[in-house]
Amino acid sequence: MLNELLHSPLFGVGLTLLAYALGQKLYLRTGSIFFNPVAVSIVSIIVFLLILDIPYEVYAEGGQYVLFLLGPSVVALGVPLYTRRQEILARKGPILAGILAGSVSSVVSASGLAWLLGGSREVVLSLAPKSVTTPIAISIIEKIGGVAPLTAALVVLTGCLGAICGPEFCRLIGIRDLAAMGLAVGTASHGIGTARMLEIDRLGGAIAGLAIGLNGLATAFLLPLMFVFFR
Amino acid sequence: MVRGFAILLALQFLGEMISRGFGIPVPGNVLGMGLMLLALATGIVKVEWVREATDLLLSHLALFFVPAGVGVMVYFELIGREWLPIVVATLVSTFVVMAVTGWVALLLDRGRGGDAE
Repeated sequence: MLNELLHSPLFGVGLTLLAYALGQKLYLRTGSIFFNPVAVSIVSIIVFLLILDIPYEVYAEGGQYVLFLLGPSVVALGVPLYTRRQEILARKGPILAGILAGSVSSVVSASGLAWLLGGSREVVLSLAPKSVTTPIAISIIEKIGGVAPLTAALVVLTGCLGAICGPEFCRLIGIRDLAAMGLAVGTASHGIGTARMLEIDRLGGAIAGLAIGLNGLATAFLLPLMFVFFR
Repeated sequence: MVRGFAILLALQFLGEMISRGFGIPVPGNVLGMGLMLLALATGIVKVEWVREATDLLLSHLALFFVPAGVGVMVYFELIGREWLPIVVATLVSTFVVMAVTGWVALLLDRGRGGDAE
Protein backbone atom coordinates (compact mmCIF):
# COMPACT_ATOMS: atom_id res chain seq x y z
CA MET A 1 0.00 0.00 0.00
CA LEU A 2 2.79 2.40 0.96
CA ASN A 3 4.50 1.68 -2.33
CA GLU A 4 1.31 2.53 -4.21
CA LEU A 5 1.01 5.86 -2.40
CA LEU A 6 4.66 6.68 -3.09
CA HIS A 7 3.94 6.36 -6.80
CA SER A 8 0.91 8.65 -6.69
CA PRO A 9 1.38 12.39 -7.34
CA LEU A 10 0.44 12.98 -3.70
CA PHE A 11 3.95 12.08 -2.56
CA GLY A 12 5.96 14.27 -4.92
CA VAL A 13 3.63 17.28 -4.77
CA GLY A 14 3.22 16.99 -1.01
CA LEU A 15 6.92 16.62 -0.31
CA THR A 16 7.74 19.61 -2.54
CA LEU A 17 5.18 21.89 -0.88
CA LEU A 18 6.17 20.76 2.61
CA ALA A 19 9.89 21.28 1.97
CA TYR A 20 9.24 24.71 0.43
CA ALA A 21 6.96 25.82 3.27
CA LEU A 22 9.62 24.78 5.80
CA GLY A 23 12.31 26.45 3.68
CA GLN A 24 10.36 29.70 3.64
CA LYS A 25 9.79 29.56 7.39
CA LEU A 26 13.49 28.97 7.99
CA TYR A 27 14.34 31.87 5.66
CA LEU A 28 11.96 34.26 7.45
CA ARG A 29 13.11 33.11 10.92
CA THR A 30 16.84 33.40 10.26
CA GLY A 31 16.73 36.19 7.67
CA SER A 32 19.91 34.68 6.28
CA ILE A 33 20.41 34.60 2.50
CA PHE A 34 22.13 31.23 2.87
CA PHE A 35 18.76 29.73 3.80
CA ASN A 36 17.32 30.50 0.37
CA PRO A 37 13.99 28.61 0.22
CA VAL A 38 14.72 27.03 -3.20
CA ALA A 39 18.18 25.81 -2.21
CA VAL A 40 16.99 24.58 1.21
CA SER A 41 14.03 22.71 -0.38
CA ILE A 42 16.23 21.08 -3.01
CA VAL A 43 18.87 19.95 -0.50
CA SER A 44 16.36 18.68 2.07
CA ILE A 45 14.35 16.72 -0.52
CA ILE A 46 17.53 15.14 -1.94
CA VAL A 47 18.71 14.17 1.58
CA PHE A 48 15.24 12.79 2.40
CA LEU A 49 15.13 10.68 -0.79
CA LEU A 50 18.68 9.40 -0.29
CA ILE A 51 18.07 8.38 3.34
CA LEU A 52 14.87 6.49 2.50
CA ASP A 53 16.47 5.16 -0.69
CA ILE A 54 13.64 6.47 -2.89
CA PRO A 55 14.73 6.97 -6.54
CA TYR A 56 14.37 10.40 -8.16
CA GLU A 57 11.93 8.96 -10.70
CA VAL A 58 9.44 8.11 -7.94
CA TYR A 59 9.57 11.67 -6.58
CA ALA A 60 9.30 13.11 -10.11
CA GLU A 61 5.91 11.44 -10.64
CA GLY A 62 4.50 14.15 -8.40
CA GLY A 63 7.27 16.71 -8.92
CA GLN A 64 6.39 17.05 -12.59
CA TYR A 65 3.05 18.63 -11.64
CA VAL A 66 4.82 21.37 -9.69
CA LEU A 67 7.33 21.81 -12.52
CA PHE A 68 4.44 22.14 -14.99
CA LEU A 69 3.47 25.49 -13.47
CA LEU A 70 6.84 26.91 -14.50
CA GLY A 71 5.57 27.13 -18.10
CA PRO A 72 2.61 29.49 -17.52
CA SER A 73 4.73 31.43 -14.98
CA VAL A 74 7.25 32.34 -17.67
CA VAL A 75 4.34 33.46 -19.88
CA ALA A 76 3.07 35.49 -16.91
CA LEU A 77 6.34 37.46 -16.86
CA GLY A 78 4.98 39.25 -19.95
CA VAL A 79 2.50 41.10 -17.69
CA PRO A 80 4.97 43.07 -15.50
CA LEU A 81 6.99 43.71 -18.67
CA TYR A 82 3.91 45.31 -20.20
CA THR A 83 2.81 47.32 -17.16
CA ARG A 84 6.37 48.67 -16.69
CA ARG A 85 7.06 49.09 -20.43
CA GLN A 86 7.77 52.83 -20.25
CA GLU A 87 10.56 52.46 -17.71
CA ILE A 88 11.98 49.52 -19.66
CA LEU A 89 11.80 51.17 -23.09
CA ALA A 90 13.48 54.27 -21.69
CA ARG A 91 16.48 52.06 -20.91
CA LYS A 92 16.43 49.75 -23.92
CA GLY A 93 19.98 50.64 -25.01
CA PRO A 94 21.67 49.90 -21.66
CA ILE A 95 19.50 46.79 -21.22
CA LEU A 96 20.41 45.28 -24.59
CA ALA A 97 24.11 46.15 -24.28
CA GLY A 98 24.24 44.74 -20.73
CA ILE A 99 22.65 41.44 -21.76
CA LEU A 100 24.91 41.09 -24.80
CA ALA A 101 28.03 41.73 -22.70
CA GLY A 102 26.73 39.32 -20.06
CA SER A 103 26.07 36.59 -22.60
CA VAL A 104 29.56 36.76 -24.11
CA SER A 105 31.33 37.05 -20.74
CA SER A 106 29.39 34.05 -19.41
CA VAL A 107 30.47 31.72 -22.20
CA VAL A 108 34.08 32.94 -22.20
CA SER A 109 34.57 32.91 -18.41
CA ALA A 110 32.78 29.60 -17.71
CA SER A 111 34.32 27.56 -20.53
CA GLY A 112 37.68 29.35 -20.30
CA LEU A 113 38.09 28.70 -16.57
CA ALA A 114 37.05 25.06 -16.87
CA TRP A 115 39.52 24.63 -19.74
CA LEU A 116 42.36 26.27 -17.76
CA LEU A 117 41.61 24.01 -14.78
CA GLY A 118 41.93 20.92 -16.91
CA GLY A 119 38.24 20.14 -17.43
CA SER A 120 37.41 17.56 -20.08
CA ARG A 121 36.03 18.67 -23.43
CA GLU A 122 32.52 17.58 -22.45
CA VAL A 123 32.60 19.63 -19.22
CA VAL A 124 34.02 22.71 -21.00
CA LEU A 125 31.25 22.54 -23.61
CA SER A 126 28.51 21.75 -21.09
CA LEU A 127 29.43 24.80 -19.00
CA ALA A 128 29.12 27.26 -21.90
CA PRO A 129 25.34 27.91 -21.66
CA LYS A 130 25.13 27.66 -17.84
CA SER A 131 23.54 31.13 -17.45
CA VAL A 132 20.77 30.35 -19.93
CA THR A 133 17.32 29.04 -18.95
CA THR A 134 17.19 25.21 -19.08
CA PRO A 135 15.11 24.62 -22.24
CA ILE A 136 17.24 27.01 -24.33
CA ALA A 137 20.48 25.68 -22.80
CA ILE A 138 19.52 22.13 -23.77
CA SER A 139 18.81 23.03 -27.38
CA ILE A 140 22.11 24.97 -27.57
CA ILE A 141 24.09 22.07 -26.10
CA GLU A 142 22.62 19.67 -28.61
CA LYS A 143 24.03 21.93 -31.33
CA ILE A 144 27.58 22.31 -30.00
CA GLY A 145 27.88 18.78 -28.57
CA GLY A 146 28.06 18.82 -24.75
CA VAL A 147 26.29 16.57 -22.25
CA ALA A 148 22.67 17.74 -21.93
CA PRO A 149 21.95 16.32 -18.42
CA LEU A 150 25.16 17.86 -17.07
CA THR A 151 24.20 21.24 -18.56
CA ALA A 152 20.76 20.98 -16.95
CA ALA A 153 22.38 20.36 -13.55
CA LEU A 154 24.84 23.26 -14.02
CA VAL A 155 22.02 25.61 -15.00
CA VAL A 156 20.18 24.83 -11.76
CA LEU A 157 23.34 25.26 -9.67
CA THR A 158 23.99 28.62 -11.35
CA GLY A 159 20.40 29.67 -10.68
CA CYS A 160 20.63 28.82 -6.98
CA LEU A 161 23.91 30.67 -6.68
CA GLY A 162 22.41 33.80 -8.25
CA ALA A 163 19.32 33.56 -6.05
CA ILE A 164 21.33 33.06 -2.86
CA CYS A 165 23.86 35.86 -3.25
CA GLY A 166 23.04 37.77 -6.47
CA PRO A 167 21.41 40.89 -4.99
CA GLU A 168 23.96 41.09 -2.13
CA PHE A 169 26.89 40.70 -4.54
CA CYS A 170 25.44 43.42 -6.79
CA ARG A 171 25.13 45.87 -3.86
CA LEU A 172 28.68 45.00 -2.83
CA ILE A 173 30.10 45.99 -6.23
CA GLY A 174 28.03 49.16 -6.51
CA ILE A 175 25.03 47.99 -8.56
CA ARG A 176 22.32 49.43 -6.32
CA ASP A 177 19.89 50.56 -9.02
CA LEU A 178 17.12 47.91 -8.87
CA ALA A 179 16.62 47.82 -12.65
CA ALA A 180 20.34 47.20 -13.28
CA MET A 181 20.38 44.66 -10.45
CA GLY A 182 17.45 42.77 -12.01
CA LEU A 183 19.24 42.82 -15.35
CA ALA A 184 22.44 41.44 -13.82
CA VAL A 185 20.75 38.74 -11.74
CA GLY A 186 18.40 37.66 -14.57
CA THR A 187 21.21 37.51 -17.13
CA ALA A 188 23.51 35.55 -14.81
CA SER A 189 21.01 33.19 -13.19
CA HIS A 190 17.80 33.06 -15.30
CA GLY A 191 14.51 32.03 -13.66
CA ILE A 192 15.72 31.05 -10.20
CA GLY A 193 17.51 34.39 -9.83
CA THR A 194 14.42 36.14 -11.26
CA ALA A 195 12.26 34.56 -8.55
CA ARG A 196 14.52 36.13 -5.91
CA MET A 197 14.47 39.53 -7.71
CA LEU A 198 10.65 39.45 -7.79
CA GLU A 199 10.69 39.24 -3.99
CA ILE A 200 12.82 42.39 -3.82
CA ASP A 201 11.27 44.57 -6.51
CA ARG A 202 8.62 44.13 -9.21
CA LEU A 203 10.43 46.27 -11.84
CA GLY A 204 13.73 44.52 -11.13
CA GLY A 205 11.91 41.19 -11.39
CA ALA A 206 10.28 42.14 -14.69
CA ILE A 207 13.62 43.17 -16.18
CA ALA A 208 15.19 39.94 -14.89
CA GLY A 209 12.39 38.08 -16.68
CA LEU A 210 13.15 39.97 -19.88
CA ALA A 211 16.83 39.09 -19.44
CA ILE A 212 15.99 35.34 -19.30
CA GLY A 213 14.54 35.49 -22.81
CA LEU A 214 17.04 37.91 -24.34
CA ASN A 215 20.13 36.24 -22.85
CA GLY A 216 18.78 32.92 -24.10
CA LEU A 217 18.37 34.35 -27.60
CA ALA A 218 21.77 36.08 -27.62
CA THR A 219 23.60 32.97 -26.37
CA ALA A 220 21.73 30.69 -28.81
CA PHE A 221 23.01 32.84 -31.69
CA LEU A 222 26.49 33.74 -30.39
CA LEU A 223 27.65 30.48 -28.82
CA PRO A 224 27.79 28.32 -31.97
CA LEU A 225 29.76 31.17 -33.62
CA MET A 226 32.21 31.40 -30.69
CA PHE A 227 32.82 27.66 -30.75
CA VAL A 228 33.74 27.74 -34.43
CA PHE A 229 37.13 29.06 -33.27
CA PHE A 230 37.41 26.46 -30.52
CA ARG A 231 37.33 23.47 -32.87
CA MET B 1 -8.70 33.66 -11.93
CA VAL B 2 -9.81 30.77 -14.17
CA ARG B 3 -9.93 33.05 -17.22
CA GLY B 4 -6.41 34.23 -16.42
CA PHE B 5 -5.03 30.68 -16.25
CA ALA B 6 -6.82 29.76 -19.48
CA ILE B 7 -5.21 32.74 -21.25
CA LEU B 8 -1.75 31.92 -19.87
CA LEU B 9 -1.98 28.27 -20.96
CA ALA B 10 -3.42 29.21 -24.38
CA LEU B 11 -0.51 31.60 -25.02
CA GLN B 12 2.00 28.97 -23.86
CA PHE B 13 0.36 26.45 -26.19
CA LEU B 14 0.61 28.92 -29.09
CA GLY B 15 4.27 29.53 -28.18
CA GLU B 16 4.97 25.77 -28.17
CA MET B 17 3.31 25.45 -31.57
CA ILE B 18 5.45 28.21 -33.06
CA SER B 19 8.63 26.87 -31.41
CA ARG B 20 8.10 23.31 -32.65
CA GLY B 21 6.44 24.16 -35.94
CA PHE B 22 9.30 26.37 -37.10
CA GLY B 23 12.06 24.51 -35.26
CA ILE B 24 13.05 27.68 -33.33
CA PRO B 25 15.59 26.96 -30.52
CA VAL B 26 13.64 29.26 -28.16
CA PRO B 27 11.27 27.38 -25.80
CA GLY B 28 7.52 27.78 -26.17
CA ASN B 29 7.06 29.46 -22.79
CA VAL B 30 9.60 32.20 -23.59
CA LEU B 31 7.83 32.79 -26.92
CA GLY B 32 4.59 32.76 -24.90
CA MET B 33 5.99 35.60 -22.77
CA GLY B 34 6.51 37.59 -26.00
CA LEU B 35 2.99 36.70 -27.17
CA MET B 36 1.59 37.90 -23.83
CA LEU B 37 3.38 41.22 -24.30
CA LEU B 38 1.98 41.46 -27.83
CA ALA B 39 -1.57 40.52 -26.75
CA LEU B 40 -1.52 43.20 -24.02
CA ALA B 41 -0.01 45.85 -26.29
CA THR B 42 -2.62 45.28 -29.01
CA GLY B 43 -5.45 45.17 -26.46
CA ILE B 44 -6.52 41.60 -27.34
CA VAL B 45 -5.96 40.73 -23.67
CA LYS B 46 -6.66 43.16 -20.81
CA VAL B 47 -4.33 43.27 -17.79
CA GLU B 48 -7.30 42.82 -15.41
CA TRP B 49 -8.15 39.46 -17.01
CA VAL B 50 -4.79 37.94 -16.14
CA ARG B 51 -3.64 39.93 -13.10
CA GLU B 52 -4.90 37.53 -10.39
CA ALA B 53 -3.48 34.37 -12.01
CA THR B 54 -0.22 36.15 -12.87
CA ASP B 55 0.28 37.53 -9.35
CA LEU B 56 -0.36 34.08 -7.85
CA LEU B 57 2.17 32.37 -10.15
CA LEU B 58 4.86 35.04 -9.93
CA SER B 59 4.74 35.28 -6.14
CA HIS B 60 5.52 31.52 -5.99
CA LEU B 61 7.86 31.33 -8.99
CA ALA B 62 10.73 29.93 -6.89
CA LEU B 63 8.66 26.92 -5.80
CA PHE B 64 8.25 25.65 -9.37
CA PHE B 65 12.03 25.24 -9.78
CA VAL B 66 12.38 22.84 -6.84
CA PRO B 67 11.65 19.59 -8.78
CA ALA B 68 14.17 20.54 -11.48
CA GLY B 69 16.77 21.17 -8.77
CA VAL B 70 16.14 17.82 -7.12
CA GLY B 71 16.94 16.31 -10.54
CA VAL B 72 20.58 17.27 -9.93
CA MET B 73 20.88 14.17 -7.70
CA VAL B 74 20.77 11.97 -10.81
CA TYR B 75 24.07 13.54 -11.99
CA PHE B 76 26.00 13.51 -8.72
CA GLU B 77 28.54 11.01 -10.10
CA LEU B 78 29.15 13.02 -13.25
CA ILE B 79 29.67 16.23 -11.23
CA GLY B 80 31.80 14.44 -8.62
CA ARG B 81 34.29 13.29 -11.24
CA GLU B 82 35.30 16.84 -12.29
CA TRP B 83 34.09 18.89 -9.37
CA LEU B 84 37.00 21.36 -9.29
CA PRO B 85 36.70 22.89 -12.79
CA ILE B 86 32.90 22.72 -12.51
CA VAL B 87 32.62 24.42 -9.11
CA VAL B 88 35.24 27.11 -9.76
CA ALA B 89 33.99 27.92 -13.27
CA THR B 90 30.35 28.09 -12.16
CA LEU B 91 31.09 30.25 -9.11
CA VAL B 92 33.49 32.71 -10.67
CA SER B 93 31.65 32.97 -13.99
CA THR B 94 28.28 33.71 -12.33
CA PHE B 95 29.81 36.66 -10.45
CA VAL B 96 31.64 37.84 -13.57
CA VAL B 97 28.39 37.87 -15.56
CA MET B 98 26.56 39.87 -12.89
CA ALA B 99 29.35 42.41 -12.65
CA VAL B 100 29.78 42.82 -16.43
CA THR B 101 26.02 43.01 -17.13
CA GLY B 102 25.27 45.42 -14.30
CA TRP B 103 28.25 47.69 -14.89
CA VAL B 104 27.71 47.94 -18.68
CA ALA B 105 24.06 48.86 -18.10
CA LEU B 106 24.90 51.42 -15.41
CA LEU B 107 27.70 52.97 -17.45
CA LEU B 108 25.49 53.43 -20.52
CA ASP B 109 22.58 54.64 -18.39
CA ARG B 110 24.81 57.28 -16.80
CA GLY B 111 26.31 58.22 -20.16
CA ARG B 112 22.84 58.71 -21.61
CA GLY B 113 21.68 60.74 -18.60
CA GLY B 114 24.78 62.92 -18.97
CA ASP B 115 24.05 63.65 -22.63
CA ALA B 116 20.50 64.66 -21.87
CA GLU B 117 21.51 67.31 -19.38
